[in-house]
Amino acid sequence: MKIPFSKKERTPFEVLSFISAIAVFSIIFLIFFALLIESFPAMKAFGFKFLIGLKWDPVRDIYGALPQIFGTLTTSFLAILIAFPVGILTAFFLTEISPSYLSRPISIGVELLSAVPSIIYGMWGLFVFAPIISRRLIIPIKNKFPNSPLFEGPPMGIGILTASIILAIMILPLIVSICREILLLIPDKVRESAYAMGATKAEVSFKILFPYAKKGIIGSAFLAIGRALGETMAVTFIIGNQHNITTSLISPSSTIASTLANELSEAVTKLHTSSLIFLGLVLFFLSITVISLSRYLIYSVEKNSGSRK
Amino acid sequence: MKKILLLTLILMAQVTLFSQVKTITGAGATFPYPIFGKWAYEYEKITGLKLNYQSIGSGGGIQQISNKTVDFGASDSPLKSEELNSKGLIQFPMVIGGAVITYNLEEIPDLALNLDGESVALIFLGEIKKWNDPRIAKLNPELRLPDKEITVVHRADGSGTSFLFTNYLSSVSLKWKNLVGYGTAVDWPTGVGGKGNEGVASYVKQSEGGIGYVEYAYAKQNKMKVAKLKNRDGNFVEPSVESFKMAAENARWDKVDNFYLILTDQSGKNSWPITGASFILIYKNQENCEKAKTMLQFFDWCYKNGSKYALDLDYIPIPENVYSMVENLWAEKVVCSGKKVWSN
Repeated sequence: MKIPFSKKERTPFEVLSFISAIAVFSIIFLIFFALLIESFPAMKAFGFKFLIGLKWDPVRDIYGALPQIFGTLTTSFLAILIAFPVGILTAFFLTEISPSYLSRPISIGVELLSAVPSIIYGMWGLFVFAPIISRRLIIPIKNKFPNSPLFEGPPMGIGILTASIILAIMILPLIVSICREILLLIPDKVRESAYAMGATKAEVSFKILFPYAKKGIIGSAFLAIGRALGETMAVTFIIGNQHNITTSLISPSSTIASTLANELSEAVTKLHTSSLIFLGLVLFFLSITVISLSRYLIYSVEKNSGSRK
Repeated sequence: MKKILLLTLILMAQVTLFSQVKTITGAGATFPYPIFGKWAYEYEKITGLKLNYQSIGSGGGIQQISNKTVDFGASDSPLKSEELNSKGLIQFPMVIGGAVITYNLEEIPDLALNLDGESVALIFLGEIKKWNDPRIAKLNPELRLPDKEITVVHRADGSGTSFLFTNYLSSVSLKWKNLVGYGTAVDWPTGVGGKGNEGVASYVKQSEGGIGYVEYAYAKQNKMKVAKLKNRDGNFVEPSVESFKMAAENARWDKVDNFYLILTDQSGKNSWPITGASFILIYKNQENCEKAKTMLQFFDWCYKNGSKYALDLDYIPIPENVYSMVENLWAEKVVCSGKKVWSN
């Protein structure tokens, strides 16, 4: 590898920063290799069937991860479906509409939301939010549409829907802050020319600014999905932790991360542990893919706007 | 420079100070963690010995003792003799607990509901779906059971409580044994999974018609409604210190190797059927003789003087007939540099 500075410039400061950067970068590979090696027994035992198997049975040592993969993708997708419109509207409000004495406290509030630890969301979700969702949302809907397959099962307030809403709240700050930054990057002359043509605020926001920053905004959504995919503690408390694939939004499910949190500490057989680590590897790939995609999209906006990388 | 030197000296002094204090380390099951903490606290007041116990789960405890990173491991489920022998370990029961069945039915008070193994198994298999099912009604002739759906709640995380509960169902229901089996985590045919006792408790609380199982101590401390269960002798018993104790006393520990005994479905007039012991794992061949002796002395003290602390925390102490068998095992098996560590 070529060291990116000449011999004369090799001061301790530069060498140390170079080593730190390499160390941080190599951690990701070390994690990847550790997961790969540890999941080898499960790969050997199940192969590709691991990804499409429906049964997760620690007693008989049979492991299939499709229910968890399904749960992970469903909850993340629903979460972004809820959080994205709210997030983008908040960002428009903060950059285009709100007077500055309002936008500051709101921005700080949104940032505080991201500072709340995951476990707090889990506890709040379990003890406070789930009962409210059950009484105020699920039971009324069930009464109105008694035969809807989307709302089949007892209205406990625990399951895919509640988990997705909690996840949406957790990823909201990320979407708001990235969208806000991206909107602020758009040169003022773009807005001003639109307003000069007599466009309303809504028209400027949706017809001028949104197309301009489209890639970056979608990138922020992918980044948020990346966070939602790996979210563990809060989801574990409210998803119901049943390994099944279901069409009902109120029935329990499980995600990759919640399965790991639940079972890793008490996994006794080697194959069980290995299968859990294999699950971790699957999650790793999902996250890496989503985050790379988001990085690419956000990067392409920043390049267009000509700002510093 | 002087400051740095001074600091180093202070640090070094602390290090030497630390090595003089004797510490034993253990890791494993979360279930006995509170009582280990209490025993260690009381024992430290008398002897100055410190216990460093990490409650990382039984699986982790077995792994840690196998890697010799701790002095003892703790597991909620006993290890089989082959596994113990291949690793050179012995195991013995340290404290007893168990699972109870809790329910959420407005109209039925605490301890009014009678269940038996077969009905519980069918509920958790998803075959009995309603509370007024004839198979429940025939056990409760004097109750008016509501026409409500049953919501099954189980533990989501791998746990000793699930191990006992599923082991009990496997021993009373052939169907459960064939379809599900037993373990710290199983493939639950129906229901929702809560994380920890508190997760199960709050799910049950939130669903009218809910049923779940939690640790006895947790149910008692949180004043939850519990059901009576029909035991092996055919009596409906309520979970209490006496009924747990009865199950442990009636168990034939002398008939098994290495205390491999799961106390579910034991005989005895008042035995609670979902009872189990938490086990300690140590090496037969100890490397540090002084430490080995200190450790066994601590366990000995827990057996002989720790009962009242255990009962305060709603754990069931090991009966005397059982712990004297344990101490005989130490005297027989535990050695250090060729010499016996323990003598009665």
